[in-house]
Amino acid sequence: MLSVLVLLPLLAAALLLVPGVSDRWARWAFVGVTLVEVVLAAVLWARFEDPGVNGLAFEQQVSWIPGLGASYHVGLDGLSLALVVMTCVVFAACAVYALGDEQRPRLQAALFLALETTCLGVFAAADLIVFFLFFDLSIVGMYLAIHGWGHGDRARSALQFFLYTFLGSLALLLGFIGLYVASEPRTFDMVELAASPPLQGSGATGVLVLGAVLLGLAIKTPTVPFHTWLPPAHTDAPAIGSAVLAGVMLKLGTYGFVRIAMPMLPDAWRAWAPVLVVVGIVSVLWGALVALAQSDLKRMIAYTSVNHMGYVVLAVGAAGVIADGTADAEAARTTAVTGAATQMVSHGLLTSALFLLAGVVWSRRGSYALAEYGGLARPAPRFAALLVLAALGSLGLPGLSGFIAELQVFAGSIAVVPWSAVALLGILLMTAVLLRALQQLLTGPVHGLAEGFADVRAREGLPVAVLLALAVVVGLAPRPLLDLLEPAAAAAAALVAR
Amino acid sequence: MTSSVVALLPELVLLLGAVGCLLLGSWTPRRRQGRVRGVAGLVVLGFLAATVRGLLAPSTTAFSDTFAVDEVTGLLRVVVGLALLVLLALAGDEVAGHPRESEVYVLLLLGADGVLLVGGSTDLAVLVVGFLLASIPLYGLIGLSTASTAPEAALKTYLVGALSGIVLMLGAAVLHGLAGSTAYADLDAGVTAAPTAAGAAGVVLVLVGLLFKAGAVPAHFWVPDAVQGSWVTSAAFLTTVPKLGAVVAIMRLLDALPRQDVWPALVAVLAAVSMSVGNLAALTQDDVRRLLGWSTISQVGYLLAVVAAVPAVDRARPTLLLFLAGYAVTNLACFAVLRAEPGRVRVEQWQGAARRRPALTAALGVSLLGLVGTPPTAVFVAKVLTIAVTWEAGLAWLAVLVAANTVLSLAYYLRWLAACLARAGGDAARTADARTGPGRAPAALAVGCAGAAVLLGLVAGPVLALAG
Repeated sequence: MLSVLVLLPLLAAALLLVPGVSDRWARWAFVGVTLVEVVLAAVLWARFEDPGVNGLAFEQQVSWIPGLGASYHVGLDGLSLALVVMTCVVFAACAVYALGDEQRPRLQAALFLALETTCLGVFAAADLIVFFLFFDLSIVGMYLAIHGWGHGDRARSALQFFLYTFLGSLALLLGFIGLYVASEPRTFDMVELAASPPLQGSGATGVLVLGAVLLGLAIKTPTVPFHTWLPPAHTDAPAIGSAVLAGVMLKLGTYGFVRIAMPMLPDAWRAWAPVLVVVGIVSVLWGALVALAQSDLKRMIAYTSVNHMGYVVLAVGAAGVIADGTADAEAARTTAVTGAATQMVSHGLLTSALFLLAGVVWSRRGSYALAEYGGLARPAPRFAALLVLAALGSLGLPGLSGFIAELQVFAGSIAVVPWSAVALLGILLMTAVLLRALQQLLTGPVHGLAEGFADVRAREGLPVAVLLALAVVVGLAPRPLLDLLEPAAAAAAALVAR
Repeated sequence: MTSSVVALLPELVLLLGAVGCLLLGSWTPRRRQGRVRGVAGLVVLGFLAATVRGLLAPSTTAFSDTFAVDEVTGLLRVVVGLALLVLLALAGDEVAGHPRESEVYVLLLLGADGVLLVGGSTDLAVLVVGFLLASIPLYGLIGLSTASTAPEAALKTYLVGALSGIVLMLGAAVLHGLAGSTAYADLDAGVTAAPTAAGAAGVVLVLVGLLFKAGAVPAHFWVPDAVQGSWVTSAAFLTTVPKLGAVVAIMRLLDALPRQDVWPALVAVLAAVSMSVGNLAALTQDDVRRLLGWSTISQVGYLLAVVAAVPAVDRARPTLLLFLAGYAVTNLACFAVLRAEPGRVRVEQWQGAARRRPALTAALGVSLLGLVGTPPTAVFVAKVLTIAVTWEAGLAWLAVLVAANTVLSLAYYLRWLAACLARAGGDAARTADARTGPGRAPAALAVGCAGAAVLLGLVAGPVLALAG
């Protein structure tokens, strides 16, 4: 079942590559397959029972390279299931949005379906080689998406994206091989590695191996100072490319923190924890400050991602700071990790929505410059409403998913590392960033490119509305999601404390 | 004697087949030389059949322990045989109608036979014979091309090759003097007992000779010229087949030398230099043939990195074989693409290729990313294993260097790919389009090889088990 979910889009992509398929057919096949994926993910959720620490639901294992201790091994826990559901939703939204795309729709549909497989594959992987395989292929897919369907200086941005993230993935591979070489018996199996972490008490070696893993994940996430590939990649990517890149692919990095780095190198994680907390705080503040300075809508949204991913890094870092073993501290660390996990889901929904809306702006006028628009609320009220809701969610307004996430991140982190409260400033700055953008774009007299701006059409508005509706649902009734995430987060926090 | 002949049956089939093709070629009218290719293909199929038969038999040695017939030799034969089939198909497209058509096929068979001799030999004297048999057809193959640059390339290869051959023989003579025998089995005792400088000189001299065959630093500078100056078929041959045998020969030599000694470290350094030099030089290349030439030099560096780990880690041997097979099929795919688009030589001439020939460009993309080591291709699995075994062998610095070089190599492979994806803008690309023939057979070969590279990655488990 899980393998079907992972591999179905790839199969569909292969079928779409047959030259005879018409564009119209390809568009609807894209929508159809992604909707089937959503249904499959929902079925998985309905049938999901928490597998407990170091267990996996829907586990499947097929021997691949026995000599290397690598196998095709997939399975889900609460965290990965939540991200799988989020991924399916984001891709379905993108598929609907792409119904109107004119540029080589058949190839675009095939490419994005293949991308969906790679993203789902990373979240489902229970073997480091399988994880790496999908992780790397997702980079190739996104490179092609930016190169083939982007705009502006897309060739350069795509190349920069590829070189940067591929470098990161190689650092990650080195770290994986370090884990493998240290494990006894040799294995790449994530469940076994997490159950009996190698390199425990190995001092410098463990710290170095985790360093390689962290470097790889930090580039992918991205955190300051490894974020420089992100703004150009986003600015020049097509709308659905940005939505997938920010909504799903940034999570591949933060997911790796919780799934690989924390449980497999707990000892070294605790050694790195203060660094991570600092990197998280700097990312939060730096991302917000630089976003404030942007005059380009899409670059601004890109930098808000640096800020939002900063919260995740801060929380997982704080979970590694073991001041004392009291039950309170334990609960706080669990809260922080839950917050990080919630943030991954919430950011996926909200940022995808924001980027799709940015795509609407581009498709009308071919410019992202904030200063060239004004008073958009009058010609495009539906667009304005959606944008306001997405922005409010992004700045963490209560009642929306971002609030639930950030509340837990801070409640957990500050309890463990009191001075991480500085990062609260980030929320303030983010409010300023988003309100300023809303003000520039939507309010005031209609002028510049805003004149005659056509409002969102159904195929543009519907996917955004669904994404935002889910963010509202998570914000108002977070329990189902938290029930999914909390056991996984508690397990991760407990594993780090070993 | 009989058992030796049976053990060496594949090589003999190839040798006799080559002679047969030569005779057949001289009696065949020039216009109908295509049938020689058919016969050569049958010879290779016979060779492969004999190889499979040999694989099923237990490991043995032939001619008084001078030639090892084990899994390594068996897999080398399989890879070389399959590569020959691809090369013959490629040659059929390229050299058909050439006055020396049948000679090309004969040289391919003979050169491959020499390579097998180099790879299987466990005796310095046989190694020298194999080296000559592997090298001389190579000079001919490069020189036969009608391209104006071919004579220069052939001469350069010949001079470097002749010098390397002399160095190899000198090294063999020194080691013979020290060990009192030419057998690898006696090298351990001989080199240990001898003065350090003499032993080192002998080993290094032999290594230099083999590095020429492998196209690795320091005997590498003929490679880009030869690749650029000759037929695509010859270029594909010389960047693929001789390397296979030479790398295996270095592995066998290293295995025979005193253990826990400096030799793995020396090979590790050569590997490091080779991959770095190859990659750095490839960065600035504008001609895709030269780019591929330098890229193969760097690939040999990765292969040698595995070799350096062979004495210390058991799993290095199957890793090497997987890498050899993966490298061969991926590299052949690249050259088949070159043959399918003969009009596109400089990187910028590839602009618009994706639009005009999507399947071919996809094959090129898979093989270039395959050479980088992107999953799920064979080179990816091999590279992961390479990093793992070098790390395990205590050469963690080399593992890091392999990863770093991989990143470096991305820059030029991607430059080429990016050009393919770009819109056809310049006049260069347009003239390239105009000059391009259909090239159906090479395109099919390229797609097939690229597919095989992915398939080999997916079934890497069984292959490793077979090789181990």
